[in-house]
Amino acid sequence: MASEARREHISWVRGVRRAGAIPAVGFSLVALLLVWLGVNLVQTPSDFASVALEGLTLGLVYGLIALGYSLVYGILELINFAHGDVFMLGSWISLSVAAHKIGLTQSTSGFKVVWGLALTLLAAMAFCGILNVTIERLAYRPLRNAPRLAPLITAIGMSFILQDVGLNRLGPAPVSVPNILPTSAVFSIGGNEYRWSSLIVALTTFPILFLLIWLVQKTRQGKAMRATAQDQEAAAMMGINVNRTISFTFLIAGALAGVAGLLYALYSTNIRYDQGFQLGLIAFTAAVLGGIGNLPGAVLGAILIGLIQQFNEGLSWHAPSSQWTQSIVFAILILILVFRPEGLLGERTPEGG
Amino acid sequence: MSELRDYRQPWWHRLTGVLGEPSRRWRAMDDRERFQAGIVLRAVLVGVLVYATSWPLALLVAVIFAVQYAQPYIPEGYAWLRRAVIPTIVLLVAVLYPFYNGRLPDMRWLGAFPDVNTAVIMGVYVIMAIGLNIVVGYAGLLDLGYVAFYAMGAYTCAWFASVQFAKHHVQFGAVGVASTTPGIHISIWLLVLLAGILTAIIGIVIGLPTLRLRGDYLAIVTLGFGEILPQVANNGDSLGGFNLTNGPNGITPIDAPGFFGVSFQSGSGTFFTGPRLFFWFVLLLVMITVFCSLRLRDSRLGRAWIAIREDETAAAAMGVPLMRTKTWAYATGAFFGGVAGAYFASFKSSTFPNDFNFNISAFILSMVILGGMGNVWGVIFGAAFLAYLNQEGLANIGHSINQHLGTHLDVPLYQFGIYGAIIVLTMLIRPEGLIPSARRRAEFHEGVSDTPLYDTQQ
Repeated sequence: MASEARREHISWVRGVRRAGAIPAVGFSLVALLLVWLGVNLVQTPSDFASVALEGLTLGLVYGLIALGYSLVYGILELINFAHGDVFMLGSWISLSVAAHKIGLTQSTSGFKVVWGLALTLLAAMAFCGILNVTIERLAYRPLRNAPRLAPLITAIGMSFILQDVGLNRLGPAPVSVPNILPTSAVFSIGGNEYRWSSLIVALTTFPILFLLIWLVQKTRQGKAMRATAQDQEAAAMMGINVNRTISFTFLIAGALAGVAGLLYALYSTNIRYDQGFQLGLIAFTAAVLGGIGNLPGAVLGAILIGLIQQFNEGLSWHAPSSQWTQSIVFAILILILVFRPEGLLGERTPEGG
Repeated sequence: MSELRDYRQPWWHRLTGVLGEPSRRWRAMDDRERFQAGIVLRAVLVGVLVYATSWPLALLVAVIFAVQYAQPYIPEGYAWLRRAVIPTIVLLVAVLYPFYNGRLPDMRWLGAFPDVNTAVIMGVYVIMAIGLNIVVGYAGLLDLGYVAFYAMGAYTCAWFASVQFAKHHVQFGAVGVASTTPGIHISIWLLVLLAGILTAIIGIVIGLPTLRLRGDYLAIVTLGFGEILPQVANNGDSLGGFNLTNGPNGITPIDAPGFFGVSFQSGSGTFFTGPRLFFWFVLLLVMITVFCSLRLRDSRLGRAWIAIREDETAAAAMGVPLMRTKTWAYATGAFFGGVAGAYFASFKSSTFPNDFNFNISAFILSMVILGGMGNVWGVIFGAAFLAYLNQEGLANIGHSINQHLGTHLDVPLYQFGIYGAIIVLTMLIRPEGLIPSARRRAEFHEGVSDTPLYDTQQ
């Protein structure tokens, strides 16, 4: 295609920067991080272990959101800004279904919790999936041939609209979610408890991840998704309905956001109308860290970001503490984009940087 | 792409008769018919304005339209008149605004006309929007962290014109500050310039590593900077024990600008009141900004920006140095952001970290998009209108709605959702903005895209 020649041209213009000092700076930053972690591990091993477990749990929740970004980016090359707010509405619908419609509370026990949460999960997945498809249909599809920044700008606008829907439903203050899951400790490391609720949240994500990988790698629909992501025109010539495939991708991404919404509500027991913006950006950073468009990479990046966040907030030796979390996450984002724009697992493309 | 369905038409064009038919007819018209239809449409617009906002605004718009139609009849020898008439009218209306704004009748839906303080804020946002327009509209680089420059300008002004650094005692040209007051106090006029230059340097520093990134990645990186800087300001009350920004409490009070011993804070007499002085000088700043922006657009640099926006590869092939040109766009945009931030901080006499979150970046972006990316006049209109909505308009509209419909909506609470809706609707219905530049409109409608969607994944 015509763009091949252009790409070569661009890589020729920009190809100089890879050599020399930049990788050295990158490696020394990573080395410093490892030294800091090592010292913390030696000083307070039990804290370190429990913080790492919490980070893993949080990272898995982030991973569900990051997958949504990565799926959509993979197929449309669009940073779906509204995704974080779809996740926030997922939290809201989970709360209203679980606590208000089904009536799950802290004292509900046994069987009812299981089927109640399963029902809530289905409701949240369906709601967010359909919401995401609707957004794509109304706001992104008309702009598919527009300049590339047009859908991105529209996505920012959609994000604000959804955020205000959340503001209308949840109010400006944080809303607390009842402790539906048992909060007793599974085990404790040096006095730091790892709770059943965290374990259940972590364990729920694994089947969903495997289901997703199976869907994308093994099914006919997944094949269509991969084909569309690679080349829309060729996919259309092979008889793939490109529009339906894109809609399906948005459905999956939305459903994942719904799962994340429920799990985050259960895990943090606090939801807010603007959590979507904050967590969405963190998850997007995770997706970029792992290599955007790359599904295992999104999960890996999310786990790393979750670990970094918890290490930053939980460790004692020279940790910047939670007031700097956001800055650290964004600094990572910027560093990744500057030093290794293709991410940890992504393939290097000439335009990637 | 010919095998796929053509999406160039917005989806609502299929609703023939409701929205699709008028624009289809418009496209089918020849020049003469468009001229006639234009008269009718403009008359309808003036009529709507008379209904919604009573006569003053409608009169202004009617006069501008009349001048537009009269322009072809101006004799050849007086060509300068064509360019000068409308700006002169608008400028006169603006300069004299503080004298008559109290006597104007209320607008039906929007309530009273903005008072002079609101007009100052509108002016500041106009400067910022023109600055962002250089980055987004001219050079086509989406900057989602423009608020960082605004914050830098505001804090520069705050550091050098307040009691923040009370250990030092420096005074230079400050008006209305007792000579015994501790801290650094430098003339605001110098600081406005200094803030612009410092912010431009910050813009270059941020830009150098990031501007090589592709469009949407650049947007995210700028967003990252826009989030980091306010957090630094928020946590900056003990950076290694040093109180740089006074944390969430912000820096206040900040000196007001002044001339010949007259401080803008108190003004002088009943004629030169403080708000009026602030207003006239923000008008002056706006005029300088507009002048610079227009001259830059037509300069060699400006044409390079537009070339990069339209096709980066072709521009590079024609010998436009990409990085240098983009960095200049970034620095220039940052300069105006810094100027506006410094003047605004001095006007508000305070600066807080919470003034600088992502919402403000998106707010300024929506001004540029609503008005028309790349067109200074459109951007001025968008900025003034949205800043007015933000300050007074939304509250007034909410009041009107609640009064007429008997509801209890808190409209200003949903301001950012409203701006979001404005962004989305503009992008879907009229992506070139209300008052577009001809080039930008052509880009949107001919489907010129910097990177075609279907061959970017290999």
